[in-house]
Amino acid sequence: MTASGGGWLGQSIERVEDANLLTGRGRYIDDLAVRTGTLHAAILRSPHAHARIRSIDVAAARTAPGVGAVLTGAEVTALSSSLAVGVRAPIQSWPIAVDRVRYVGEPIAVVVATDRYLAEDALELIEVEYEPLPALVDPRDALASTELFLHDGLKSNVASDRSFRYGDPEAAFAKAARKISVSIHYPRNSCTPIETYGVVAEYDANEDAYDVLANFMGPFTMHPVMARSLKVPGNRFRLRTPPDSGGSFGVKQGVFPYIVLMALAARVAGKPVKWVEDRLEHLAASVSATNRMTTLDAAVESDGRVVALAWDQVEDVGAHIRAPEPATLYRMQGNLTGAYAIRHVAVRNRVVLTNKTPTGLNRGFGGPQVYYALERLMQRVAVELNLDPLEVIRRNLVPAGAFPYRTATGGLLDSGNYQQAVDTAVQDGGLAELQARRDQARAEGRLYGIGLTAAVEPSVSNMGYVTAVLTPEERRKAGPKNGAQATATIAVDPSGSVTVHIASAPQGQGHRTVAAQIVADALGLKPSDVRVVTDLDTARDAWSIASGNYSSRFAAAVGGAVHLAAMQIKGKLARGAAAQLNVPTDEIEFANGKIGAKGNPDNAIAFGRLAAASHWSPGVVPDGAQALRETVFWSPPQLEAPGDLDETNSSLCHGFIFDFCGVEVDRVTGALRIDKYVTMHDCGTILHPGMVAGQVTGGFAHALGAAVYEEFAYAPDGAFLSGTFADYLLPTTMEVPAPVILHMESPSPFTPLGAKGVGEGNCMSTPVCIANAVADALGLDAIDLPLTPGKLAQFTHPKEQES
Amino acid sequence: MKPARFDYVRAETLAEAHAVLASEGGDAIVIAGGQSLVPLLSMRMARPGVLVDIMHVADLGGIVIKDDAIRVGATVRQAQLLAWPELAAHQPLLALALPFIGHAQTRARGTVCGSAALADPSAEIPLALVALGGEIELSAAAGKRQLAAKEFFNGLMSTSRNDDELIEAVHFPRTRPGDGYAFIEFARRHGDFAIVACAAMADAQGVRLAVGGVADFPTARDFGPLDGAALDEAIEDFAFDLEARDDLHANAAYRRELVRQLGRKTIDEARRCRV
Amino acid sequence: MPRLTADRHHRVRFTLNGRPVEGDAEPRMLLTDFLRHVLGQTGTHVGCEHGVCGACTVEIDGAPARACLMLAVQADGMTLRTVEGLAPEPGRLSVLQDAFRRHHALQCGFCTPGILMSLDIYLRGHASPTEAEVRDFLSGHLCRCTGYVPVVAAALDAAAKLREAAGDA
Ligand SMILES: Cc1cc2nc3c(=O)[nH]c(=O)nc-3n(C[C@@H](O)[C@H](O)[C@H](O)COP(=O)(O)OP(=O)(O)OC[C@H]3O[C@@H](n4cnc5c(N)ncnc54)[C@H](O)[C@@H]3O)c2cc1C
Ligand code: FES
Ligand code: FES
Repeated sequence: MTASGGGWLGQSIERVEDANLLTGRGRYIDDLAVRTGTLHAAILRSPHAHARIRSIDVAAARTAPGVGAVLTGAEVTALSSSLAVGVRAPIQSWPIAVDRVRYVGEPIAVVVATDRYLAEDALELIEVEYEPLPALVDPRDALASTELFLHDGLKSNVASDRSFRYGDPEAAFAKAARKISVSIHYPRNSCTPIETYGVVAEYDANEDAYDVLANFMGPFTMHPVMARSLKVPGNRFRLRTPPDSGGSFGVKQGVFPYIVLMALAARVAGKPVKWVEDRLEHLAASVSATNRMTTLDAAVESDGRVVALAWDQVEDVGAHIRAPEPATLYRMQGNLTGAYAIRHVAVRNRVVLTNKTPTGLNRGFGGPQVYYALERLMQRVAVELNLDPLEVIRRNLVPAGAFPYRTATGGLLDSGNYQQAVDTAVQDGGLAELQARRDQARAEGRLYGIGLTAAVEPSVSNMGYVTAVLTPEERRKAGPKNGAQATATIAVDPSGSVTVHIASAPQGQGHRTVAAQIVADALGLKPSDVRVVTDLDTARDAWSIASGNYSSRFAAAVGGAVHLAAMQIKGKLARGAAAQLNVPTDEIEFANGKIGAKGNPDNAIAFGRLAAASHWSPGVVPDGAQALRETVFWSPPQLEAPGDLDETNSSLCHGFIFDFCGVEVDRVTGALRIDKYVTMHDCGTILHPGMVAGQVTGGFAHALGAAVYEEFAYAPDGAFLSGTFADYLLPTTMEVPAPVILHMESPSPFTPLGAKGVGEGNCMSTPVCIANAVADALGLDAIDLPLTPGKLAQFTHPKEQES
Repeated sequence: MKPARFDYVRAETLAEAHAVLASEGGDAIVIAGGQSLVPLLSMRMARPGVLVDIMHVADLGGIVIKDDAIRVGATVRQAQLLAWPELAAHQPLLALALPFIGHAQTRARGTVCGSAALADPSAEIPLALVALGGEIELSAAAGKRQLAAKEFFNGLMSTSRNDDELIEAVHFPRTRPGDGYAFIEFARRHGDFAIVACAAMADAQGVRLAVGGVADFPTARDFGPLDGAALDEAIEDFAFDLEARDDLHANAAYRRELVRQLGRKTIDEARRCRV
Repeated sequence: MPRLTADRHHRVRFTLNGRPVEGDAEPRMLLTDFLRHVLGQTGTHVGCEHGVCGACTVEIDGAPARACLMLAVQADGMTLRTVEGLAPEPGRLSVLQDAFRRHHALQCGFCTPGILMSLDIYLRGHASPTEAEVRDFLSGHLCRCTGYVPVVAAALDAAAKLREAAGDA
């Protein structure tokens, strides 16, 4: 594989990360050495969904063998302040229970001891007296409750209730031929990375400063939140990430309350404290995607064109509003019309508190919930109007040629040709053949169905979208929030070799490899000439609040920043080269490890030699062309703050997805078999095809899990029923088929490399695509996830005779 | 998730294992393959004073063909029995059922007798023992006894083994010419404990169906030569008699319907295999 | 063997990747903790500590085993291999590891050591597995990143390469 004049981008080169990971030399948080004397934490957690804490007796635990300190709500409230809450409501959010527990698994006490075994021994010595309270588990009950409130400051369980109006939805509904509705309950689930949370914290009493290593993935908006809670300025809260992380998918955002908790534990213990979450803790109490109740009405013409939508969304964020919630509810604000040209939209968004684990980032983040409603609705439109579902999708798509397209709710769809993507998928994915297969299966009496989905996949979140939860006046008062600063630093060392640093906090997505490809292309080097460092240290590295690994922002935003930083270094080197080689700057080219005059291979100088010049002989480098270290901060201008009419461009880039699948339901067991799954992606320019395929198959597997196997289930009394990996079922090799992946590339005009995000799309499109197929197979009007055999068998089993 | 403290004895002889069990009674727990016990230890749901590791007791090993049964010793791993070249010839039902126990990685350590001792209502080995009319060989310092499977399994994760006893071996009756067997299992995912598992055995006299995953322990019923609608009716009674429960993965009515449909299918298949 | 008392550390010795190793452990210490934190061999990962995810899979006396479902004292005297023992030499990958790299069969790499150990053992005994067999065998491993498709492809490719190499020899 050679690429002389660049051309590394677009190739599936081997990942630089892999050799270490394959030989057991990864450096995940639990692999790293800690300071001598570091203590290990274990957490006592609530067995109740809702109870007042009458008393906690930690005396015996404090004196147990090896114990260094015990921490309860009392110490935490004395030493810190509540974590910031993202809505205007008189509620607090602590990383540990204070007076009251509100979900099973909520931390009650932290014990730190010389090892984890002893810490767990001491947990058993803590006596807690509870006064159980009724639990509010179902969001409907929480909404209806007039006496029982999760947070006393609120005189209800509704933390936010906002309505929005875009266009003229009332008139559109009044005029339309039909109103068609769906009502859904989207369940709770989580992407459960195989590596759990880990934190190593230390407190320096002399400088009143915290130093924390955690497998946190961003967004670094949480940094000021944590620093404020710890009552120190940001420069006294140093947060570092390990070189490797065992997956996140959003979930490792949720480690942040534990960072605060362990920082405080280290302060109380006077020693560094390490905590590695175990799987039971993770399932019960790390973080969950939101469950959501949605009623979605459509005003529909008789030809299937949807002219208006009315959304009523009730978002269940669990027991506390953890930052950045209620972001899950607002992430899709600019995309509530999906891939369709629908000009009138009414929205009511409520955020409700229940006795369940607090929610947070999870792959898809708001997309699965929105598309489940929207794409179930599109299927209902087809069924009720007796139209072909494909035709209904086609009639509503945003026209080709209309890009950049401003959606009714304020999103700016950057590029695409949805019609072409659909046509290609139908053709190359073999929809006709699948339909023939369905006909034949049905002729044989089998339960076979086909589902379709079209979706827009947003990426690179606007840091200001969540302020749509505030009224325009509240926003004016608070000051505008917007943008999405991406950063990259490129340094040339005295030997003339290049090192890149990015604050993208990778969780296994190969950022080091792709960043090296980008720089290699820009500077005429090989990727192996470029080293990339991705562990992050907020005290040393360039970062901003948007840093981190979420909203599929790497390729589009961080990759773009790397490119810009490389071009900046290149520009300076070119000026230096021009002086040395005696040619105009615009005739300098970078290729094959050399910097030379275009068309004159003899007049060239080795890259390393020229690049080192700023170190060894700055005097000969022209003014302003010192090429030592360049840091670029890049924030796209399109990401404006929500406007006075609440129009919200929630994301910078918008990929397009068109999926269809054929499924069969077993009459006897109710088991679902995916016969074929086709997924078409337009994610703009593809930087590394192998990694894009990996994102698609990985996202597909997550989505299949959410659709069929996984649910964080609670009993009516709030008991948590999915506490182990034998209860919370992840799909295995036997359950995940290989999807057929198709591509189209419509470069984004808004990103430096034309790339868009691709990592979350199938989590948005696949659950509803499978559900549509099941609804088709069984002739159902309504069906909620997960599509378990027990649930589906209700429709296939004969009615049982009482015997 | 770390175990509480316990002593550990690696028994080298049967007498040594018996002695610890006799002196510590319920405070001593046998560890065999550890595939079920170690998670219970780590979750602190099992809290023994002493663990007795029996896997180094030479006398407890071996797969032995007896006149009418296969004797599987306490240290025989599930993978070892499954890989035994003569398995299908001597007892086809085991060859059909064993691949459904967990995964290759858990079968490589989990023992056949350990599964019987655990007595999970959904487990395949207890089901096979009940279906075939197998026996459990128990021994203690005080002596030995042998129990029929249907007497051994007596409740949810409960057996008639006394605290000072260990399972020395289990006996699976060997197949006889003209016997037919079938096994059908449905689980949420491949390798999970069964929601419903059916094992059937047919011979000249008639057919027997055993069901796991539904009642508190695997349960068998003989249906003689019944067939057609009469057989369906008899299975219907059986399905209700099992007193299925609701759980996270399936409700009672669902399990009953699986007993009806999969049970019938298993019986038909076992009969087909006879000829 | 004498009774190992609960509150003492006891010497545990076994062969790890061809070399004798030893360390001290209470009877209750899990083999995963012993490998990682006593012996410093952090290549074996812990994903669930209850036997389901497979991240901790190592080779014990020739068979795959969950290290989280074993006590360190149980391993005394046994022969273990872990992911650190797979590569022929530093800077070179085994055929299987190389297939994983070429097929992008890992992302975060956290599940990978367990999968590699299982497959390394499996391919020694099954030179020509079918895709269905590989999938069945790997069902005891959870991976959250890859969707398994490239993992299965890498396993089949490694099997083919190993067959070729054996044929050449
Ligand atoms: C991921 C996973 C999936 C699984 N799936 C299945 C499945 O589908 N079907 C299934 O049946 N099992 C399944 N199992 C459990 C199975 O692997 C265990 O092997 C089996 O239940 C217990 O055998 P063991 O030798 O490991 O016993 P241990 O775990 O060592 O012991 C289990 C219990 O039996 C007792 N015991 C063990 N041996 C004796 C003896 N000889 N005498 C007296 N008492 C004894 C122990 O004291 C303990 O109480 C699964 C396990 C895992 C981790
Ligand atoms: S850590 Fe051992 S199987 Fe998950
Ligand atoms: S590569 Fe991340 S879990 Fe498998």
